Amino acid sequence: MTATEFALRTDGAGKRYRKGWALRDCTLALPAGGVIALVGPNGAGKTTLLRLVVGLLAPSTGTVEVLGHDVTTSTPQTLSRVGFLAQDHPLYKRFTVAEMLRFGRACNLRFDQGLAERRLASLGIPLDRRAGTLSGGQQAQVALALALAKRPDLLVLDEPVASLDPLARREFLQVLMGAVAEGDVTVLFSSHVVHELERVCDHLVVLNHGRVTLTGDIDTLLAEHRLLVGPRTATDLDRAGAVVEAVHSDRHTTLLVRDGAIPAAPGWQAQPVALEDLVLAYLRRPSEPSAAVTDGVTT
Amino acid sequence: MFVFRLDTHSGVPPYLQLVQQVRQAVLLGFLRPGDRLPLIREVVEDLAINPNTVAKAYRQMEQENLVTGRPGQGTFVDERQSAAIPASTYTSLRRGLAIWLRRAYAAGLDEQAVDALLASVHQQMKNEGVA
Repeated sequence: MTATEFALRTDGAGKRYRKGWALRDCTLALPAGGVIALVGPNGAGKTTLLRLVVGLLAPSTGTVEVLGHDVTTSTPQTLSRVGFLAQDHPLYKRFTVAEMLRFGRACNLRFDQGLAERRLASLGIPLDRRAGTLSGGQQAQVALALALAKRPDLLVLDEPVASLDPLARREFLQVLMGAVAEGDVTVLFSSHVVHELERVCDHLVVLNHGRVTLTGDIDTLLAEHRLLVGPRTATDLDRAGAVVEAVHSDRHTTLLVRDGAIPAAPGWQAQPVALEDLVLAYLRRPSEPSAAVTDGVTT
Repeated sequence: MFVFRLDTHSGVPPYLQLVQQVRQAVLLGFLRPGDRLPLIREVVEDLAINPNTVAKAYRQMEQENLVTGRPGQGTFVDERQSAAIPASTYTSLRRGLAIWLRRAYAAGLDEQAVDALLASVHQQMKNEGVA
């Protein structure tokens, strides 16, 4: 696989601020053409990683390679292939939408103003309104239209739907997914909301305490993991594979396992696990993963 | 036109849900050979779903000969999918199931208990190599 088949590659990337490490030992290889969700609680290092990707920060350790180029040596040409939508969709509130578009055209090597105008017209957003007077959902749509007008190969969005109501969120994702269907854009977005992720993304990166705890293709991850429910037991779990999480009640044991066969003992059932539950289980694990894998089985 | 749904709490990968819905609709006769499925683009905008997921589902359905893609025209239910199981079979199975369900409700089981029982019998048969 050549370098450009990966939209993003990091090797041991880390970032240290004065107060400590925000991101450590981050090694990722994310395929081009996908929609990648970066998930984790507040303070997990999501924004730091995104800022490394778009070149707003330089890594303290390791390397970050975007579309085949090291970001620390990026040129205006390579940067023009990357779109970035920061948290809360910042716009110049006193600019009209038309002025925002002119500003976008003036500041970018590549900017398809006609495309942005068509998108906004189809959403019924008037060009002569000041950005600050639009609803939150409309402001998000204007910011997205500006980012898509760059026709980026990689579009990076920091918490794009966190501040939107459910209807505006759905409309935003409809436009974003429509753009993915139209062209060869890779989308990387962060979210602390894990609800409904499998609807929009095909790749997942879970970040917790500044470290990557899970990454992979979502269909593969869902196929690899399952919930095993059976009588409370501490033995006969040899075939259960790697236990991600074990929950015991008086009579029952529920195990979330990866690559595990169902125990031969009677009374065990295997169930698929929803992505939301899978992500939450990984987020609940202690920050040092080594101890957690066998915990709960040895009791 | 066929309308897809998405259940994001089932643990079933979305692409597989789309495949299963078409398979089920064909089995139950809601989709007939020659019917056109919506374009990928239409599914994406309808469900706000990842286009790669829809493309993957359509690829899988083509591999299973469930549907055929005709370039420039769309995706159609394959002509070979003519009612593999006769409607009368469904009618009689349905009648038998209704009788059984009435007995289960009368015995005090609720919908969840029935589902749990069904899942555990499925599992048992799988272990015995029947299903």
